[in-house]
Amino acid sequence: MVLLYTVLTLCVLGVLAALILYLVARQFRVEEDPRIDEVEKMLPGANCGGCGFAGCRGLADALVGRDDISALYCPVGGAEVMKSVADYLGKAAPEKEPQTAFVRCGGSCAKRPRTNRYDGAASCAVAASLYGGETGCAYGCLGYGDCVAACNFGAIAVNPETGLPEVDAAKCTACGACVKACPKNIIELRKRWPKERAVYVSCVSKDKGAVVMKACKAGCIGCGKCEKVCPFGAITIQSNLAFIDSHKCKLCRKCVNECPTGAIRLVGMEPLPRESKPAAAEGARTGAAEAAAKQHAGKE
Amino acid sequence: MKTFPKGGVHPSDNKLSRAQAVEALPLPESVNVPLSQHIGAPAVARVAKGDTVKVGQLIAEAVGFMSADIHAPVSGVVTAVDLQPNGQGIRQPMITIRREGDEWAEGIDRSKELVRECALAPSEILARIKRAGIVGMGGAAFPTHIKLSVPAGRRVEWLIINGVECEPYLTSDHRSMLERSEELLVGITILMRALGVGRAAVGIENNKPDAIARLGELAAAYPGIRIVPLRVRYPQGGEKQLIAAVTGREVPPPPGLPIDVGAVVCNVSTTLAVYDAVQKNKPLVERVVTVTGRQLREPKNLLVRFGTPVSALIEAAGGLPEGEVRVLNGGPMMGRAVCNLASPVVKGCSGITVLGGAEARRGAESVCIKCAKCVGACPMGLEPYLLSKLARRQLWERLEGEWVTNCIECGCCQFTCPANIPLLDYIRLGKQRVGALVRARAAANTTKK
Repeated sequence: MVLLYTVLTLCVLGVLAALILYLVARQFRVEEDPRIDEVEKMLPGANCGGCGFAGCRGLADALVGRDDISALYCPVGGAEVMKSVADYLGKAAPEKEPQTAFVRCGGSCAKRPRTNRYDGAASCAVAASLYGGETGCAYGCLGYGDCVAACNFGAIAVNPETGLPEVDAAKCTACGACVKACPKNIIELRKRWPKERAVYVSCVSKDKGAVVMKACKAGCIGCGKCEKVCPFGAITIQSNLAFIDSHKCKLCRKCVNECPTGAIRLVGMEPLPRESKPAAAEGARTGAAEAAAKQHAGKE
Repeated sequence: MKTFPKGGVHPSDNKLSRAQAVEALPLPESVNVPLSQHIGAPAVARVAKGDTVKVGQLIAEAVGFMSADIHAPVSGVVTAVDLQPNGQGIRQPMITIRREGDEWAEGIDRSKELVRECALAPSEILARIKRAGIVGMGGAAFPTHIKLSVPAGRRVEWLIINGVECEPYLTSDHRSMLERSEELLVGITILMRALGVGRAAVGIENNKPDAIARLGELAAAYPGIRIVPLRVRYPQGGEKQLIAAVTGREVPPPPGLPIDVGAVVCNVSTTLAVYDAVQKNKPLVERVVTVTGRQLREPKNLLVRFGTPVSALIEAAGGLPEGEVRVLNGGPMMGRAVCNLASPVVKGCSGITVLGGAEARRGAESVCIKCAKCVGACPMGLEPYLLSKLARRQLWERLEGEWVTNCIECGCCQFTCPANIPLLDYIRLGKQRVGALVRARAAANTTKK
């Protein structure tokens, strides 16, 4: 008898709870656009946060909800995905040029001698909060791989030979996670040229030329030779640092030969043939760099 | 014997230079004086290349509320006002002076004679302290005149003088207490006068019995001053720990301040600087720095002008030992590693510690076994293992909820960790990020209003 009552009470309780749940669910039901689910399915599902939302669901919600979706973009899916989403929703597809991440530091182990040894937590963020770094350059890459840890696509890895991270352009989705992770602001998203070509300044040091020369053999000394030689006005020098505007640059490569330290990096292309004697040895290049730095210092 | 209630550790004290009298370091050929030697806005240079300066002359002026004046530590010619690398290898604006002789600015009393009487009004005392560019010399370098300006409606009940020097190796405050005891006591009466408070306590750990005895003997002649011996325990020299040890009161978490429990804490060296400024009209241009380390030939206490390169101090103590060494600005618990030995000594630098051999290296990190030693050691009652884990995962909001801003960065957690986990490295990072978040939120709120 006792058993029966117990079971019955539980059953009644269960039914009552179900009833309450049913009523509450009906009363407070949230109407959700079924298109959100559809759009989410179209998105890559990487949940990388590259669009600025916490995940793909957030972007899908915004894509369906907003009338004007020109400000929204999925860097992973790219133009293709955005077009299919826009077609599905009957809105104008947002356009954005394809980009790739570039590591703007050329201070490899060979070019940038170590001046001290760091044995704290192996994290760029921690090291950067403590001091300038293991070399004489306080702007350069620390090499503990915060960018590698931040990348969801395995597109960036530290090369053990140079100690610098390298981006695999084929895998890079330009989500910008590495850009945010780098405490030294070394990684930049730049326009992606066909065949992965690029010309960029691989240095972010704002130190004066003489200081850069002392710390690193591959740094930009701000001599301004590239600025002068550029026929398109794509290069500007600000606080002792050259910057190439990837929208104005036509990949003519004149600046590459002009740079005395080799801070301007050329990717996926052969350099222009040198007019005078080809710089046979690395020593000749360093000599030229010193001369340029001196000339520049004289001007100041 | 009194001490603070929570956590703490007891590293071996290694006070190698305890018996070495303070000696003046020969003046350097040139000095680099950073414009930012304090918490707050950097001072603005008031001299240019080519100017001739005398010792004690104002060379950089405080701007804004939180800032401090800077005076020439040597006489000579300004050769540059430019960016120079500091101890952490980061370039900072500094004034470079090439020394010529040792000529002092007029009106500075350099005699050793004790000036006991001080009849100045509190506002005048504060003005003199501000004019002398005094900042907290225990390490934090907080501008002293701001600390002593009691907000309206608050009452100071306790002036606490920090003679704890709980950091291993360092002995600069210990020597100052022994060698300048009378001046220290006069300095305390001046601070009491400035704050309008009737009682002061000098907290000294009982590993300095000579200082306790000497000051105790002399303090009888100074009404209101009491010497409080404390049980040796690190980090007793932390402001909040010292207040708890002496008064038994707990400072509320940030933005709570010592004044909320009616206390103002001043370091021994700072108090002596106040004496010099008020009674002798001498601005802050030099300080006592301990140069120490097991591998140094002669650990010493040196009177050093600001801007002197760290390497000159190490030379005076017998030179850098062979092999890989770690040079610290400060003691082994809270000191910051110096990667550039040409960097200058600044107002907040109480010691240079050189660690060699096994001492210089950190142990290999292994995994956390949740032994909770760090929790027991934390003097602020935090959970260091959790804070460090949250910081590693970049969960800043949760870190804020776990009171990371309460951390005083004493390093007890890392010291006690059997797995050699760099707990403090990550906690400090988290504290910085959370601090930035809190400031950004405050700024957003003010613009909204």
